[in-house]
Amino acid sequence: MKILISSQGNTPDSAVNPRFSRAPWFMVYDDALQTWTAFDNSKGMDVSRGAGIQAAQTVSDLGAKVVISGIMGPKAYKAMNAAGIQIYIGASNTVRQALEAYKNGKLTLADEKSASGV
Amino acid sequence: MSKIKIAIASGKGGTGKTMVAVNLCRIASESHSVAYLDCDVEAPNGYIFLKPDLTECFPVKQQIPLVDMNRCTGCGRCAAICQFHAIICLHKEVMVFPELCHACGGCMLVCPENAITEIGRDMGHIDIGKKDSIHFIQGVLNVGEPMAPPLIKAVKNVSHEADLVILDSSPGTSCPVVETVRDSALVVLVTDATPFGLHDLKLAVETLRILKLPFVVVVNRADAGDRKVFSYCSQEGIKILAEIPDDRRIAEAYSRGELIVESIPSYRPLFASLKDAVLREADLNSGRSK
Repeated sequence: MKILISSQGNTPDSAVNPRFSRAPWFMVYDDALQTWTAFDNSKGMDVSRGAGIQAAQTVSDLGAKVVISGIMGPKAYKAMNAAGIQIYIGASNTVRQALEAYKNGKLTLADEKSASGV
Repeated sequence: MSKIKIAIASGKGGTGKTMVAVNLCRIASESHSVAYLDCDVEAPNGYIFLKPDLTECFPVKQQIPLVDMNRCTGCGRCAAICQFHAIICLHKEVMVFPELCHACGGCMLVCPENAITEIGRDMGHIDIGKKDSIHFIQGVLNVGEPMAPPLIKAVKNVSHEADLVILDSSPGTSCPVVETVRDSALVVLVTDATPFGLHDLKLAVETLRILKLPFVVVVNRADAGDRKVFSYCSQEGIKILAEIPDDRRIAEAYSRGELIVESIPSYRPLFASLKDAVLREADLNSGRSK
């Protein structure tokens, strides 16, 4: 299973980007292989409208089933939720620490109310 | 006689666009057949001052894609062509985000299964009315609707018999403003004499230069700020057609929803000469382009 975390940089020790859709990088962790890959999201960072939807498309294209971020906008939530992707919010510190927090059940599963983008 | 279109715009908000527009309309209606078009569809307020009798109201719809999931194979071509991320294809699940759709029809064209048709979705409405001889038309965008230009276009397409059309724009320099001013004979930029007013005036001037539209400036609350707007205009060769003083009586009348030219008659000559100057400039520029 692939887990995608919004990141400020391209390593697992980079800080989690608090905002999901306009994060500069997406760090993807492959649970089976235990490997990290970095996806450059600079295209999504600069989009004027529909960043959440573009990001959801990226998540889907990368094949991630779990997404971890600080906050999540309503459109990204709606799209990914419809596609059956699990969305966790409230992550902070480094990407690696966010993954640990997820594994230890310390992150919140987003719902329509909490995915308000603030 | 062909129609003369005058757009009233600004960079900064709250400089007095509507105040200038409605008072110009009232004065001009004494010599011309005038139409007032409220193109500030996110917050139309000209009706407060003109007090028209509304006779007609109709919804404005935007075409958005409707996907037949029985035909859709989840190929994703619709999502790939959409430049506005208004349609998305995730694991064979196609979703439409109507508020982002620009109604270009691209998704419908590329769908190999002909699974996409269009349906109309209400985005706002248009009110039509009259006050004495002034034709009144306003667009009202539904709350939360992010895209004003299609509604502004619909406002401009309403037919009327007036020969002088005054378009009240939203502030700023974005798409709604461009849509409002684009085919005007003249754009009147209303600014106040403050550093903030000047900053945004410069942005508006840059925009109009790119659009190659002729423009003039009206300085409102002209004695309230500094002289930098005036020196900027003289440096750039921009004509200032009127200076409206920072007069408490204007603010009071405006806050009561009154027309300045009616409640403070001593301001009639200022708006009358502004009207003459605006028409002269519009005429001059139409002559120049011929």
